[in-house]
Amino acid sequence: MRDARGEVKRPIGLRLWLSGGWLALLVLAALCAPLIAPNDPLMQDLFLGRMPPFWMDGAEPGFWLGTDSLGRDVLSRILYGARLALIVALVAGTLTCLVGATLGLIAGYYRGWPDRIISRFVDIWMAFPPVLFAILLIAVLGPGLMSIIIAIVVIDWTRFARVIRAEAMTQGAMDYVASAQVAGRTRFGTMLTEILPNVLPTIVALLTLEMGVAVIVEAILSFVNLSISTDSPTWGGMIAEGRTSVHQAWWVLVFPLITLFLTVLSFSQLGEGLKDRFDPVLR
Amino acid sequence: MSGYLSIRNLTVRLKGGAMILRDVSLTVRAGQVHGLVGESGAGKSMIGKAVLGTLPRALEVVSGQIILDGTDLQTLDPKERRRRIGASAALIPQDPLTALNPSKRIGPQITRRLVDILGWPKIAAEARALELLEEVHIPDPARVMRSYPHELSGGMRQRILIASAFAAEPKLIIADEPTTALDVTVQKQILRLISEMQSRHDTALLFVTHDLGVVSKVCDTLSVLYAGKVVEEANMHRFFMRPIHPYSAALLAATPTYTDPTGSLTPVPQTVIDGVEREVAEHDMRAAP
Ligand SMILES: Nc1ncnc2c1ncn2[C@@H]1O[C@H](COP(=O)(O)OP(=O)(O)OP(=O)(O)O)[C@@H](O)[C@H]1O
Ligand SMILES: [Mg+2]
Repeated sequence: MRDARGEVKRPIGLRLWLSGGWLALLVLAALCAPLIAPNDPLMQDLFLGRMPPFWMDGAEPGFWLGTDSLGRDVLSRILYGARLALIVALVAGTLTCLVGATLGLIAGYYRGWPDRIISRFVDIWMAFPPVLFAILLIAVLGPGLMSIIIAIVVIDWTRFARVIRAEAMTQGAMDYVASAQVAGRTRFGTMLTEILPNVLPTIVALLTLEMGVAVIVEAILSFVNLSISTDSPTWGGMIAEGRTSVHQAWWVLVFPLITLFLTVLSFSQLGEGLKDRFDPVLR
Repeated sequence: MSGYLSIRNLTVRLKGGAMILRDVSLTVRAGQVHGLVGESGAGKSMIGKAVLGTLPRALEVVSGQIILDGTDLQTLDPKERRRRIGASAALIPQDPLTALNPSKRIGPQITRRLVDILGWPKIAAEARALELLEEVHIPDPARVMRSYPHELSGGMRQRILIASAFAAEPKLIIADEPTTALDVTVQKQILRLISEMQSRHDTALLFVTHDLGVVSKVCDTLSVLYAGKVVEEANMHRFFMRPIHPYSAALLAATPTYTDPTGSLTPVPQTVIDGVEREVAEHDMRAAP
């Protein structure tokens, strides 16, 4: 299909629709949580403990996905939990991407001593076991949103740096880069105008993937109780609590788990889909 | 003996290692075509890259001069050198696949040179780019300007690269095996096009190839390179009548279009290879401190 300007138009794939749709829904839920959440996510009522979801016998009207052992509404807690998950995904993902991609781009394009320094640094960094590293960091920084974000950036920038370095290296060896320089472009200008656009699809794919990773890391840290203070609902925290009562009330565990799974899956699928659309050669 | 481009005793080597170019001298006169022949790995591309200042970072110029339009490039500071090279020289590359930025449309890739080098306003540059594309016989140039490189055939891309090389009216063009990556049927057309553009624009052309048959059609003078060493520099006529160096003679004998069009190939005899290898070794002995 070509439009009037002679450009090829491709239908947006099902993959992009589904993953994008789920994430859009989640963003909306996070933004409007106070408006749409049926209950206060923190309100405990021991008389309403472990109520099943709406389709089962003994469900309490208004508590669609049931309640946990303290009588808190699971659906409302998932909606509020989306706020934290998305903030972490957005901020940590973007920061990680900025740090890692910049260093990778410089190392791969400039080569020489900047590359030696950055690559050595990446190697040393990657020698640390990441989870241990994260727990150590949070122990030092103290739990909290900032600490989680810092921990994710500190651990994951190497992934960007390595991949983008390799891509920048391949692009840098191509003749079009040399001819841009013969035409009088500076090294730095060439990097921005010639190399960057060609590694952008990879950056986008990695970025969305990283957002998914950030959501998982946040959940893991909440799970081991190293995240935000326990009274603001987090998916990881819910999973941790749900695990202890899975035989009496499976829904407390299963619903946040499904949400987490779908979210991480959507991020990675969105990345793949966007990469294909961004890539001029596949376009 | 002076020309638009003079390379004098240029020695290039791998940083802390092997020699790549050994004392290379050659001259390209204004408005003339100088062929540079040699087998794969002889260092032909590196000569072009040394002139354009795009040598791979692993290589270094040890000694020698590259004199472009009377100025030794080595004496200029990097910025001025880049400006000077950009304004007076351009490259037609070996591989049209990697020579265009895959994520940009063709139009901006041609106009960029006019804007960067000549400081033209964008509108004027676009009009000129259209003219250039017509000049290299591209059908529907307006559409091609809006296309991405991957939407075009190899021959089309090479035409675009030729247009783009001539865009800023450089006085020197280096064509690095401009037809090797192309289909045989397209090769002839591209060759004719380069020749045509060269004489119309009166540019000096350093034509890199490993095909003596091609050289005989387009060049005025030529240099034969072996292992980074010029074994013979000659004018075309004399070369094809009476090559001096045994390696040149053997190379000529190995070119089917010249000796026998029906195509029985005579490989370069081992004794000749041994002889030229010995010369290279002797050269390195002399050059060693
Ligand atoms: N980036 C690099 N690092 C190290 N050595 C290199 C590099 N590029 C080229 N060389 C070496 O320089 C020598 C000359 O290479 P060059 O590309 O000039 O050959 P060529 O004559 O152009 O061959 P071809 O006909 O295959 O293009 C080769 O021996 C090659 O191994
Ligand atoms: Mg070459």
